Amino acid sequence: MKKPSWLKMAGIHAGLSVMCMVTLYPVLWVVKMALSPVDGMSLTANPFPDAVTFDHFREVLWSSDAQGRWVFGRQLMASLIVGGATTVVGLGLAVTAAYALSRFRFPGKEGGMQALLITQMFPATLMLVPIYGILQKLGLLDSLTGLVLVYATTSLPFCIWMLKGYFDTLPRELEEAAVMDGASPFQVFIHVVLPLARPALAVTALFSFMTAWNEFVLAATLINDPTRFTLPVALQRYVGEYKVEWGKFAACALVVSAPVMALFFALQKHLVGGLTAGGVKG
Amino acid sequence: MKRWAALLLLAVAWSAHAADAPAPLKLWHAYRGGEETALLQATARFTETTGVKVDLLGLPYDAYAHKLTNAIPHGAGPDVFIFNHERLRNFHAQNLVAATAKDFVRADYFANTVEALEVEGQVYGYPLSLKSLALYVNTDLVPRPPASTRELLALLPSLSNAAEGRFGLVYESGDFYFHAPFLFGFDGPLFDATGRARFDTPGMARSLAFVKRLQDERWMPQEVSGALVKTLFNDGRAAMLISGPWFAGEIAPTVRYRVVALPTVSETGTPMKPFLGVEAAFVSARSEQAAQAHALARFLSVGEASRVRTTVGRQIPADVAAYETQEVKDDTLISSFREAARDATPMPNTLEMARVWEPMKLALRAVLQGGVKPEDAGALADRRYRALHRERPNDANPVPWLGFVGAMALGGTAYVLRRPAGGQSLRQRYPDLARAATYVAPAAAGVLVLVFIPFAVGLSLSLFHHDAGQYTFVGLANFVDILASRGYSISEPLSFYFTLAVTLLWAVVNVVLHVCIGLGLALLLRDPLLKLRGMYRVLLIIPWAVPNYITALMWKGMFHRQFGAINGLLTLLGLEPVSWFTRFSTAFAANVATNTWLGFPFMMVVALGALQSIPQELYEAAEVDGASRWTQFRRITLPLLKPAMLPAVVLGSVWTFNMFNIIYLVSGGEPGGGTDILVSEAFRWAFQRNEQYGFAAAYSVLIFLVLLGWSAFTKRLLRTEESA
Repeated sequence: MKKPSWLKMAGIHAGLSVMCMVTLYPVLWVVKMALSPVDGMSLTANPFPDAVTFDHFREVLWSSDAQGRWVFGRQLMASLIVGGATTVVGLGLAVTAAYALSRFRFPGKEGGMQALLITQMFPATLMLVPIYGILQKLGLLDSLTGLVLVYATTSLPFCIWMLKGYFDTLPRELEEAAVMDGASPFQVFIHVVLPLARPALAVTALFSFMTAWNEFVLAATLINDPTRFTLPVALQRYVGEYKVEWGKFAACALVVSAPVMALFFALQKHLVGGLTAGGVKG
Repeated sequence: MKRWAALLLLAVAWSAHAADAPAPLKLWHAYRGGEETALLQATARFTETTGVKVDLLGLPYDAYAHKLTNAIPHGAGPDVFIFNHERLRNFHAQNLVAATAKDFVRADYFANTVEALEVEGQVYGYPLSLKSLALYVNTDLVPRPPASTRELLALLPSLSNAAEGRFGLVYESGDFYFHAPFLFGFDGPLFDATGRARFDTPGMARSLAFVKRLQDERWMPQEVSGALVKTLFNDGRAAMLISGPWFAGEIAPTVRYRVVALPTVSETGTPMKPFLGVEAAFVSARSEQAAQAHALARFLSVGEASRVRTTVGRQIPADVAAYETQEVKDDTLISSFREAARDATPMPNTLEMARVWEPMKLALRAVLQGGVKPEDAGALADRRYRALHRERPNDANPVPWLGFVGAMALGGTAYVLRRPAGGQSLRQRYPDLARAATYVAPAAAGVLVLVFIPFAVGLSLSLFHHDAGQYTFVGLANFVDILASRGYSISEPLSFYFTLAVTLLWAVVNVVLHVCIGLGLALLLRDPLLKLRGMYRVLLIIPWAVPNYITALMWKGMFHRQFGAINGLLTLLGLEPVSWFTRFSTAFAANVATNTWLGFPFMMVVALGALQSIPQELYEAAEVDGASRWTQFRRITLPLLKPAMLPAVVLGSVWTFNMFNIIYLVSGGEPGGGTDILVSEAFRWAFQRNEQYGFAAAYSVLIFLVLLGWSAFTKRLLRTEESA
């Protein structure tokens, strides 16, 4: 490969820097709102705060309810539990199903794959009413378990499609070789297939976690107890219909976004491989 | 034997204990701050006097009503809940509330608060407090508050200087709740003798012309939000404002003010009458401890609890006796609001009341933004009202439908289980069947219960009409109404075809932008020798990592007329600030900008992956052949990108098509529902327009069909791609 000219490199850097500024600007703006001491804003384009205070963060992080319980801590725990459990359950279900869809022949396979995709086209908010009824029948209303099951299953179609696409690209010869060596089918799955699929697994895990971490319409409807709210629902109270507390909203928004951002940065190398080699080609 | 006896004793003791201490009462509310503290103290008193424990649950206001209507019929709701009276008819129709007990004494409360809680001669709640509007006056700027509109108009010019950002009067002028006093002051009725809403009246036109004048003379700012009201008043840049008792908590300690009744309209001699809202404690119809629940509700509404709510919670009590106490007499805020509420019109607790908000908001904003003359606004509201207020369609006979569904199910089963040609058994055809089943079963079970069943229910809901908890089978009537665009001409918002066109435009513009920007960035990032490549990549995927409702709210803030960063940038460049959400073009652009920021990283990542899979040799060979850069891009890059990019484009288009959060939170459909897309329209029918679930489901089915067609089309595209 030729080394590109100096001028061209400068051009590329200029283009990328401008785009980075565009992506960063709104984020800086939120940081500014979170750090500014006043709630009322003024018309200014400057994304850097004039004065810095951590009051908003303090109020959000140490928020407690009227009975004096430390709500934020419980909400953070609820979010972590829901996010973690959704990832584990969702990934477990998706991986096995996707493997079967990729390797075995069985009746209803093609139809099932299509049906999975099709359900994604129905507006999710309208499934709210039936889902509420079903969870109530199962006795899972107002419980984190119910929320985890809903999140894990609703993100399944996307996860299965992605993983199936990835499994399709893995050569079967490796599995056949392992069988020759006397491995059981389950051992093949655990010791040969899963390690190979690591990039796709990472990306799928990320999506499952994001679904659970970010969702708020279902969480707000299905959970009644404020100590069991996930963080997005907690965030909602700062941007009410009649009153918006921008400072606290911004502080809380940063707290909510931080873990997902961290995960993205940790997994971003896999992102390119995981998405393109498999899922999207599926 | 001894052990058994001990156990038995224990059991008896436990059951006796359980009988002594009844389960705590569940009380739901949406209070915060002082009001919440007061309620806590009041319920603590209740526990002290009766020994009955109360579990309080504070819910976010936006989710509250929806939660009540969901939870109570399922037996998961509260025993007592606190709510405003205007939804009472709805609660009543769904059998959520119990009538008050025998010990309810009408004379304890102001007559109009009890009347507000009446349905068909029965009282359904214990009145707690009054909510209505009054005039807050900055006493440093206005020593003598105006008693009439003539005095008000005389005062305003000297108090206002728009260039310096000073205004004589501020209030949330785009909200009908705040406009209602003007409407009633100008003798505009809202309901006719039969209780139906009327908009096209002289009073309506005159009241709208009046507020339009206030705005055009620049005595009142444009596009007033709650945040602006607060900022202006606390900075001493607003001399007077119209708001309710809740605003007192927002005022900075440095501002000296008093509260007076709204002025009388000079032309008519009628006082400006705000809506009166009555907050009441309702007993759930499903409460298992009804007697205690009634006791709690009554306890909260009178006596000591009422005093606590007044002094600590700063509420305007509904019970007459509270005004006898010295503390309340000394509290000018409380007494002024009580005074101001004397003229207030109780908001009717009819279903009809819920139907006027959206048409009125539309008319009000259309006038204030200058698109419609005040005298034409009533007709506009009337048209919207008639389109939203759907009469219940005729019942249909479900038998043919059941037959049809049964036949489909039978046919489907037969098709799946059909004997394969050649007489092979199922096992011979699918040797892995048992293993496949174990791998797939858990996921299949979950998906079946929580995806397919809700999906099927959603589909079948579209054949029903829903009204206050009652479902009636109406066959295809919902679809006929939507597709015939009943009540609206095809080219107006609210018509299915208009919304469909907006949705398609929205999807196309977004996907094109996502792909172009994503691909462009991927091309820039392609070179592995590029310095800082990793850092650029990390920074550029940030938008993807931010939850999209946060993105939406963030950008909504940036497009704010007064405080937004975008208008800040414009003024920096010497341009006029733009009112983003008053015109279709700018509101649509704001939505697109938000969604583009959100969506390009996905396309960038996919494009990067696809670019990496193109063998470098192809370019080298092309170079040898003397192909130009552009030719290389067109002949090598694009064709080889296509197979990887196409599925991403399909997926992206489906996501964009149903991108509810951005539309709902950024433009909110403004102006006048013009920027709503099909999903947000369906949501409005389901949750904002009298819960017309069936109609909303029909919208969803149409969305589904459009996307199904699109996916069938793209599948063919993909297939030709593979065979090519």
